[in-house]
Amino acid sequence: MATIMATLRNPQDFTTCPDTGLNINKPVANLVKIHILTAVMMLLAGGILGLGVALTRWPAVHLLPSEWFYIFLTGHGAAVLLFWVHIFSVGIAYFFVTTPINARLATPKIAWLSYWLMLIGAAIATVMVLLGQATVMFSAYPPLKAHPLFYLGVILFAVGALVPAFLVLATLVKAKNERTFKGSMPLTTFGVLIWAIIAIFTWVMGAVIMIPTWLWSMGLIANIDPQLYRVIFWALAHSTQQMNIVLHITIWYTLAAVLFGARPLNEKVSRTAFVLYLFALQLGSVHHLLSDPGTSFTWRTFNTSYAAYLAVLGSLIHGLTVPGGIELAQRRRGLTHGLFEWLRKAPWDNPIFSGFFLSLILFGFIGGISGVTMSNQQINMTVHNTFYVPAHFHGTVATGTTLAFIAFSYWIVPLVTRRKLAYPGLAKMSTWIFGLGMGTFALFGMAAGHLGVPRRHWDITYADAALPFDFSAMAHMIMTVAEIGAVIGGFGALFYIISILSTLLGGKVLAKGALPALAEPAGLVAARMHGGTEPQHKGLEVPGSLVLCMVLLVFLIVYYFAQYKYLATIWGIS
Amino acid sequence: MTETEKMPETEEDLEPVSGWQMFYDDPSMLLFLGIASPTILYTLWGVIEVLHVPLAGY
Repeated sequence: MATIMATLRNPQDFTTCPDTGLNINKPVANLVKIHILTAVMMLLAGGILGLGVALTRWPAVHLLPSEWFYIFLTGHGAAVLLFWVHIFSVGIAYFFVTTPINARLATPKIAWLSYWLMLIGAAIATVMVLLGQATVMFSAYPPLKAHPLFYLGVILFAVGALVPAFLVLATLVKAKNERTFKGSMPLTTFGVLIWAIIAIFTWVMGAVIMIPTWLWSMGLIANIDPQLYRVIFWALAHSTQQMNIVLHITIWYTLAAVLFGARPLNEKVSRTAFVLYLFALQLGSVHHLLSDPGTSFTWRTFNTSYAAYLAVLGSLIHGLTVPGGIELAQRRRGLTHGLFEWLRKAPWDNPIFSGFFLSLILFGFIGGISGVTMSNQQINMTVHNTFYVPAHFHGTVATGTTLAFIAFSYWIVPLVTRRKLAYPGLAKMSTWIFGLGMGTFALFGMAAGHLGVPRRHWDITYADAALPFDFSAMAHMIMTVAEIGAVIGGFGALFYIISILSTLLGGKVLAKGALPALAEPAGLVAARMHGGTEPQHKGLEVPGSLVLCMVLLVFLIVYYFAQYKYLATIWGIS
Repeated sequence: MTETEKMPETEEDLEPVSGWQMFYDDPSMLLFLGIASPTILYTLWGVIEVLHVPLAGY
C-alpha cells in the first residue's frame, strides 16, 4: 500500500481544497483548467460536425451533399477521437500523477510546450479538413492522400501528446526522490502510469506511420504500402482509444472514492487488471484487420481471441471491483436491505454519480460486449465495415469515455477553479440525455450493421449507383432511430458544454462549498484518494455487484453464441 | 517537516513485499514490458507477415 507524506514538502507550491482536503500543485491546477477548456471546445466543434453526419445518415433528412458529408465525417473523427479525448486526458493525467501522492509536476514549462504543440497541430489539421484538403476520414488509408499540412498537424499533435507521458514518468521519479510517498503508489496514480506507458507505444507508432505518409504526401516517397499502413496505423489508432479506457477506469475508481469513500475490493487485484491492460489491450488492434488479406490466421487469432481476452479479464475485474467497492461502502453505511438498496439510494440526481455509473453500465454492456464479440475472426465477417463498427466505438468512446469525462469534469473543474458549477440543472440532465441518446445510437447502429448498412457510405439508397441495392424498410427505420439517438445525445453534450464553459469562464468563486456535498468529510476524501489498504472485503459482502456482473457475463455469453447462430444463417452450407 | 527529514518507519516497512508487488512497483520494468509486448506481438509480427506477401507481377 501507499504511505503518503502527511506534510507537504513544498507547501508554497500547493493549494489545499477546503472541501476535499486534497493538495493540488498550483501549476497543475492551471494546466487542468486550460486542457479541459480546450478539450471542451474541441468537443463542441466535433459535436457540430457529428450533428451534420447524423442528420445526413438519417435517411429521411439526408442533409449534406456527399463532398461536405465526408469533410464533416473526417472532421468529426479527428475532433472527437483525437483532440477532445486526448487533450482532456493529458489535463487529468497531470492531476492523477500529482495530487494523490502530494507531488509536484516535473517541468511544468514542458507541459505548456506540449499543450501548444497539441493545440497548433489540432488547429492545422482541422483547418485543412474544413478546406476540403484532407477528406480522408479518420483512418486516412492510402491511397487516399491529404494535403501535407494535415499530416504535419497530426504529427505535431502526436508529439505534443507524447510529451506528457514522459512527464508522468519524470514526476514519479521526482516524487520518489522527494519522498512524497513510499511503498506502492496509489491505484489512481498507478492507472495513469499505465496510461503513460501505453501512450508512449501509441504515439511512437504514430510517428512510425505518419512521418512516412507525410513524406509521401509531399512526393518525397514514391509509395506507401496500404496494408503495411493499415497494420501500423491501427497500432496507433486502436491504442489511442485504449488510453482512454485506462483513464476512464481510473476516473471510476476516483469517483467511487470521492462520492462514497469507496476503496477497491482488493487493490492488488485491481492493479493486476491494469497490468493486464498494459500487456494485452493493444494487441486487440488486430480486430480492425480481421477481414484484411496478407496476415496469417495465427497472428490474428493469437492477438484477438487469446491475448486480448486477458484485457477482457481486466475489464471484468474492474467491472466487479468498482461497483463492489461502492456497494461495500454503502452497506457499511447501513444500506443493507436487499440486493440493490445501496444502488437505489445512490445520489442519482448528482451528475457526477449518474454520469459515472451510466458510463460503467453502458461501457460494459454496449461497448465492451460488442468489442469482445466482433474481435472473433468468424463473427467479425458478419459486421466488418458495416454500421456496427461506428456503433461499437460510440459505445466505448461516447458512452464509456466521454460520459466518464463529463462526470469527472463536474467534480474536477470546481475543484481546481474553486468555482461553483454553473447551470447545475443542465448538468443534471446532461449525463442522462447524453448517455441514453448515445446508448440508443450505439444499440440501433449495431442492429443496422447486422442488416448490412455500410459503415461509411453517404447514401444507403444508392441513388444513381450503377449497381442499385435496396435496403429493407426495417433498415431505414433502425437508422432513423439510431440517428435520432445521436441528435438527442448531442443535446446532452451541449448541456455539458454550456455548464462547464460557464463554470470555467464565469462561475461564482467560493472559498468553501464549491463542490457538491460529499459522502465523506474533507480529509477523508484525500485519504481515500491516497490509496487503499489490505483487502476490504470479508466473504460475500457485495452480492448486488456480483449479480450485476453475472448478468453481464450471461448476456455476453448469450450474445456471443447468438452471433454464431447469425453467422450460420448468413452463410448456410448446403 | 524539512526537505531532509526522512519518512517515519511504520510496521508496514517491516512486512515482506511479495515478488508481484515488487514488479508492480517497478515503473521501469512495466515500461519495458509494456512497450515490448505490443511491439513484438502486434507490430513486428504483423509487419513481417505483410512484408512476406509476394508482390503481384505486372
